[in-house]
Amino acid sequence: MAAPMLRWGCRGRRWAFARVDGGSCHRRGAPTGSTSNQIRGESSVAQQPLHTAQKTRKGEHKWAAVVGLEIHAQISSNSKLFSGSQVRFSAPPNSLVSFFDASLPGTLPVLNRRCVEAAVMTGLALNCHINKKSLFDRKHYFYADLPAGYQITQQRLPIAVNGSLIYGVCAGKKQSQVIPKTVRIKQIQLEQDSGKSLHDNLRSQTLIDLNRAVGLLEVVLEPDMSCGEEAATAVRELQLILQALGTSQANMAEGQLRVDANISVHHPGEPLGVRTEVKNLNSIRFLAKAIDYEIQRQINELENGGEILNETRSFHHKLGCTMSMRDKEGKQDYRFMPEPNLPPLVLYDATSLPAGADPQQVINIDQIRETLPELPSVTREKLVQQYGMLLEHSFTLLNEVGLLEFFQNVIKETRAEPKKVTSWVLNTFLGYLKQQNLAVSESPVTPSALAELLDLLDSRTISSSAAKQVFEELWKREGKTPGQIVSEKQLELMQDQGALEQLCHSVMEAHPQVVMDVKNRNPRAINKLIGLVRKATQSRADPVMIKEILEKKLSL
Amino acid sequence: MLGRSLREVSAALKQGQITPTELCQKCLSLIKKTKFLNAYITVSEEVALKQAEESEKRYKNGQSLGDLDGIPIAVKDNFSTSGIETTCASNMLKGYIPPYNATVVQKLLDQGALLMGKTNLDEFAMGVLLLSSTLECNGAISARCSLRLPASSDSPDSASQVAGTTGMPHHSQSGSTDGVFGPVKNPWSYSKQYREKRKQNPHSENEDSDWLITGGSSGGSAAAVSAFTCYAALGSDTGGSTRNPAAHCGLVGFKPSYGLVSRHGLIPLVNSMDVPGILTRCVDDAAIVLGALAGPDPRDSTTVHEPINKPFMLPSLADVSKLCIGIPKEYLVPELSSEVQSLWSKAADLFESEGAKVIEVSLPHTSYSIVCYHVLCTSEVASNMARFDGLQYGHRCDIDVSTEAMYAATRREGFNDVVRGRILSGNFFLLKENYENYFVKAQKVRRLIANDFVNAFNSGVDVLLTPTTLSEAVPYLEFIKEDNRTRSAQDDIFTQAVNMAGLPAVSIPVALSNQGLPIGLQFIGRAFCDQQLLTVAKWFEKQVQFPVIQLQELMDDCSAVLENEKLASVSLKQ
Repeated sequence: MAAPMLRWGCRGRRWAFARVDGGSCHRRGAPTGSTSNQIRGESSVAQQPLHTAQKTRKGEHKWAAVVGLEIHAQISSNSKLFSGSQVRFSAPPNSLVSFFDASLPGTLPVLNRRCVEAAVMTGLALNCHINKKSLFDRKHYFYADLPAGYQITQQRLPIAVNGSLIYGVCAGKKQSQVIPKTVRIKQIQLEQDSGKSLHDNLRSQTLIDLNRAVGLLEVVLEPDMSCGEEAATAVRELQLILQALGTSQANMAEGQLRVDANISVHHPGEPLGVRTEVKNLNSIRFLAKAIDYEIQRQINELENGGEILNETRSFHHKLGCTMSMRDKEGKQDYRFMPEPNLPPLVLYDATSLPAGADPQQVINIDQIRETLPELPSVTREKLVQQYGMLLEHSFTLLNEVGLLEFFQNVIKETRAEPKKVTSWVLNTFLGYLKQQNLAVSESPVTPSALAELLDLLDSRTISSSAAKQVFEELWKREGKTPGQIVSEKQLELMQDQGALEQLCHSVMEAHPQVVMDVKNRNPRAINKLIGLVRKATQSRADPVMIKEILEKKLSL
Repeated sequence: MLGRSLREVSAALKQGQITPTELCQKCLSLIKKTKFLNAYITVSEEVALKQAEESEKRYKNGQSLGDLDGIPIAVKDNFSTSGIETTCASNMLKGYIPPYNATVVQKLLDQGALLMGKTNLDEFAMGVLLLSSTLECNGAISARCSLRLPASSDSPDSASQVAGTTGMPHHSQSGSTDGVFGPVKNPWSYSKQYREKRKQNPHSENEDSDWLITGGSSGGSAAAVSAFTCYAALGSDTGGSTRNPAAHCGLVGFKPSYGLVSRHGLIPLVNSMDVPGILTRCVDDAAIVLGALAGPDPRDSTTVHEPINKPFMLPSLADVSKLCIGIPKEYLVPELSSEVQSLWSKAADLFESEGAKVIEVSLPHTSYSIVCYHVLCTSEVASNMARFDGLQYGHRCDIDVSTEAMYAATRREGFNDVVRGRILSGNFFLLKENYENYFVKAQKVRRLIANDFVNAFNSGVDVLLTPTTLSEAVPYLEFIKEDNRTRSAQDDIFTQAVNMAGLPAVSIPVALSNQGLPIGLQFIGRAFCDQQLLTVAKWFEKQVQFPVIQLQELMDDCSAVLENEKLASVSLKQ
């Protein structure tokens, strides 16, 4: 069942948006009710955000873009979908190939239970209806990395259908507001990955690695998205869900998550335009870029009287554009046929489970439902409730790989307020990482170190500016603890009232002019004095304390 | 010894009357002497002798593995055999040596059987139905398709490309005459029974060139068992490929229920209909082999997990009065030879006279079976043959302009006309625009055909009794003289529907024709009631006392082997 849908526009990138109110992100149309029976067409068209061509003035020629995604996620499993051979990324080529994987004549597929469970888990997490009976089909095409001449997939009756994925798009003036959106999931099907072709253009030969014939989940997202950012956010959310479930590592760079985008543009109120399919999207950033490029290309093409061909295009990430792949065969007819060697896949639930069934031979949907791990949306909600953080902060914590774990480890070890921890992790820590383009796992600062630092801050042993200094020292990877750094650099706050009074006195004596200014009621002069004292203490004194002493001495 | 049944020779081995090595050598020597039959593609002499040696050790130590230990067997060359070339009688797989054993082969070896060699067949076992058979059929599916296929200019380019063919497929022969290793000769061509009848015939032609076909596609396996070169052979049965040559060669040809015996390692023709078949000289032998083969296989998801009665010991029925035998009225076709018809009717009378209930039943969709089979078979063939692209194994052409050009040339060179024709038809039926009209419709017809059997069995029938073939084996020259597509298409009418329904069926040799050639009748049982079926067949076999093939003339030059074997006096039942 699709959840009620909200459709929103999104941030403009290369083209202007029709402006409705002052913001840059706008709601078009009222939220509709359930759209479970809605076919892509007029009613959904009306809700699409409107794009105008770059050259035309606002409102003159409105375009709506429609984006659907086909996502292939490699299932994390020890063995392949239809054979017992191992699965391991970056294993030597063709070292993990069974007779079946090599399509030796007479070999037969045997379905991997783990892959079925992964599909059911994913289906449940994405609010899908799980089909108690699903079927396998052969999809035929000739390609060197498809040794059987066909791929086993689920074309007619997939394992899960009619789901939804809720994701959040940032909005508002500072992009600080998160707006929830829903994309319907048409189906999830189990299929076999092909091998991998490595083209050696120099020697004009192609090398084939059949290691890759692992299980895939193909997740088909309905064309409910309208720009690159929406698609990218939806994919990111799916990635988090798959990772939380453990059903796929979903690493795009390693090809564990592959996304193809179907894109078309049209005038609102008119039928959908001809769509193109964009492939070769190996990162979320490129996905967004490619979709936005393609939308603009189609708009420009149509504005200039051209037409859009139903074709497959490849995204060229160096040039930042999509290019026709020019399938010389034209439209492929895959000649689908039922896979005769696999009986229908039958799943059970608590009510349909036959009595005395061998647990090894049956899969119980209800049992899988009970063991589903916490999903990202729930994790975020918990973060908001437990630590009082803003929703967008919870998004950031989850979106950065490993950041949530880092955060939780810090929280565990420190006495500091969660809000303080959130601020340090999201601002200081993440800021440093971003600046140096590092992953959380590559961070020079461990959660314990940060926790210790925050403890020092919390106990007012150091000032927050000293804390920043300590953090910078920690970042240098010299293996020192915050405590060591503090004592070496003498960064403790000066607790000695007498000494501080002495220092204030010296500063006042050395800067009579400033003292005069203070006495002449120049309000900024006192701050200057505070600054001078702090400098003299090497920032180790609490400014509040300094101010008190100075005010007393100046009899203000 | 060679003329004995498997069970008899097994007993002789256990009693030490003969050793596995002696037995193996006798068979090997006979294989050499009967080489002209062309029954074997590969003779695995070394392997067999080594297996015999091991078997001998076991017997000496009193550790026999059972009834099959030390028994020479042969395997159709479309079952994968580890380390032994497996060709499917096709250029495409010449030189292909599988790295694994088919489950059924492994099971036989595990029981101590000796693998004598790989037997001849029609290319990829496509010896059952001809491409153009649809032309003659006015079934539920329009015949238009076959007419349009090769000639039509608007037929998709991809179809001809994937088939690797550009022209009209030629007429072809079936009946184990159509592999790259040449046709198999029916041992009965050289039998005393047949020779004597032919001498009486003044029109008889040159004897040497007047040999008979074995039927197909497991003709090599049938000839191998019939000529005493082994005690049992594996065939495969997709539309009658085991039962048809069994009938022509005077053997028991058994097709088990679909799902009872693993297909893993059997190079497929039609996955949803293929079943490993068993060819033996008597029903008990078939039951012994079935006992060794039957059972679930984790490598074949279509095998059933029901516990099976093992071993398949067949009781000797004393009484058939509780049996109900069904006679399908649609099987009385005009093309049925009067001799077969008469034997069929006598067999029914026999049951009736012994107290069984014999009733006429109707299988109303029988006439649609051939056209339905054509669509389903060619579609699966098109799909199954896609893997033969020259990249990884088997034949590869010399053309290396592009991968596509290599595919096309490899497949054109590797497959014969029958295979290419079926690939072409199958791809046509699977095209998006045709799928509903052909494939889906054929599946529905298949369901109707299967339901016909269910209805018949639900009406109280225990087994069906039908002819196996229209007539006895014909001489090769006659077979290739005429355009045989009509004959071939109809020849399977009695066997094919069984495969669509997944039922067990067995052909039992009944009597010799006026020409002195064997004629078989078929029993069809309920799904997974294989044991009941074979029990009835065993009773019938005992009643008819089918004569043993007399091969003195053939064996004249190998009298050394047979001098002590009074073949003529060896009876099936001692």
